[in-house]
Amino acid sequence: MSSKAILFDGTQCIGCRSCEDACCKKWGLEYDEAVASDERLSERKLTTVVTRGEHYARRLCRHCADPACVSVCPVGAFTKTDLGPVVYDEGRCMGCRYCMLACPFQVPAYEWSKALPRVRKCDMCAERLRAGLPTACSEACPTGATVSGDREKLIEEARRRLAENPKAYDGRIYGLSEVGGTSVLMLSAEPLAHFGFPANLPQEPLPPLTGRVLSFVPDVVGVGAVLLGGIYWITHRREEVAAAERGAGARRENHE
Amino acid sequence: MSRALRLPRLTFWRATFLLLVGAALYATYLRFFHGLGASTHLTDQFPWGLWIGFDVLCGVGLAAGGFTLAATVHIFNLKRYEPIVRPAILTAFLGYVLVVAALLFDLGRPYRIWHPLVMWNPHSVMFEVGWCVTLYTTVLSLEFAPVVFEKLRWRLPLRLLKVVMIPLVIAGVLLSTLHQSSLGSLYLIVPHKLHPLWYTPLLPIFFFFSAVMVGLAMTIFESWHSSKAFGRHIELPLLRRLARVLAVLLAAFLAMRFLDLARRGALHHLAGPGSEKYFFLLETALFAAPMLLLFQSRVRASPRALYFSAVLAIFGFVTNRLNVSVTGMEAASGAHYVPKWTEVVVTLAIVALGFAVFYVAARYLPVFESEESVHEAVGAAAEGERIVLRGA
Repeated sequence: MSSKAILFDGTQCIGCRSCEDACCKKWGLEYDEAVASDERLSERKLTTVVTRGEHYARRLCRHCADPACVSVCPVGAFTKTDLGPVVYDEGRCMGCRYCMLACPFQVPAYEWSKALPRVRKCDMCAERLRAGLPTACSEACPTGATVSGDREKLIEEARRRLAENPKAYDGRIYGLSEVGGTSVLMLSAEPLAHFGFPANLPQEPLPPLTGRVLSFVPDVVGVGAVLLGGIYWITHRREEVAAAERGAGARRENHE
Repeated sequence: MSRALRLPRLTFWRATFLLLVGAALYATYLRFFHGLGASTHLTDQFPWGLWIGFDVLCGVGLAAGGFTLAATVHIFNLKRYEPIVRPAILTAFLGYVLVVAALLFDLGRPYRIWHPLVMWNPHSVMFEVGWCVTLYTTVLSLEFAPVVFEKLRWRLPLRLLKVVMIPLVIAGVLLSTLHQSSLGSLYLIVPHKLHPLWYTPLLPIFFFFSAVMVGLAMTIFESWHSSKAFGRHIELPLLRRLARVLAVLLAAFLAMRFLDLARRGALHHLAGPGSEKYFFLLETALFAAPMLLLFQSRVRASPRALYFSAVLAIFGFVTNRLNVSVTGMEAASGAHYVPKWTEVVVTLAIVALGFAVFYVAARYLPVFESEESVHEAVGAAAEGERIVLRGA
């Protein structure tokens, strides 16, 4: 199956929060007024609508093509699946929260109130996608602002909308190339930075930043061991030679 | 008259220690029964706080004297530093044990701390750090073991350890080089979050370099304290040499820092908005002051001034690491983090525990054992160079 994606078009969103409701139902989370009014991702909701005047955006895991969370997790609790979703295995997680630090979109949330906490984040309804179903949020969306489908087709669709109605959008397809591309694509009437999204993200994936350094590890070990062993040999050999010479000198003197 | 059972005298410091332990026990209860939310000010926006920023990032660095001095004496064969190797290794060993203890507080599920050893992700810096710290703590326990075996007069294990000591020391230096630098690499993945005054591709090199630096400062620090606590001679000629090396390293570190800022075009942030620049200046001042002090032979000749300079350098180091982990991360996170009292109390208790265990170990084990033998051998000739610190 080809890679899947979610396309969110902010110009079609009416801020009804049906996506939040559907998402909470899927995860078995209670959804009420208090949860609805907090426009931050948390252990209580894994997606949220962000309001700015008349405009709306959505926060949810972007399911990066080369995700920072997958690369930083010391126990491999995150996996980028072939279908697109980045999924989390709570059975491996030891709770170091490096994924939360590393995520460029500040997505993973933690169960701070629990004695045995887990990381919580959108999994793009990986099971539903595998069964050929749309994600819960796109199914619940009454206006078609959120849709799911093949990534390539959704990119085409996004391009078509930008071309047909250029004045309605800020002209960008978010997720096309940020941090190397993501499986969540977004269209917006105004820059997402206005909604509090990071504006300074590189267009290249983040994992190579640490990967390059880690690739030096075998060299450091190999070269370092030889170097230190060599220094040890030289510094101690010098001593042995000096001792031997002293001994030889003393013997010679005794002879004479 | 038979001696009456007497409680230890309750001095100011002992009372403080007891209060701290009591508060820390309550904080521990909060942490493990009510979760991280009840015991920290951490949030989804700010997931790493004091326990990582100080206890782990500083703790590991402050313990760097162990591998630095082990390499100096055993690899580079600079025998004159022998008397301060054991205390440095003890500091390092305690440091790593306490780092692991702090990690048990910080991890959401501490009982899974062993997971990285069996669930591998070689792409993760944290995975590498986990392995290195595990292996190096083992190496340190073996490097310190002779001290215990000598006390117990176990000859065979002593002889066995002697055979493997050089490979062990080499392994220790390599492991330290890797994970001391990797603590800096942890932050390479957040170019968009860490303030440009601290984010640089050189983070791993800076972390390694500053660890070596603070390792030397800690050696001076602990020599002064143990000479006071046990009424020992202070190894002034040795410390003077270390101090000179420290001054050079501090100068090199500051030069590299500013050259890097200039090369990245980040110097303008020193005039820009935000409070980060003040923290940067504080850090720089705390590095520059001991550097300027230690370049003067007058300062190096006085144990008290040496100690004071070392403390400044240690504060500079701690400020630098907290700037990377807290100050520099705040703006992008949109959250303001101030540690909760529980975080502070647990951290202070861990530091206090370190001091207490060091004291007990140094008192009952032959940590400064070489002191007498060296003293006898060197005899009166060196007496002039040694300065006796009594009580003070």
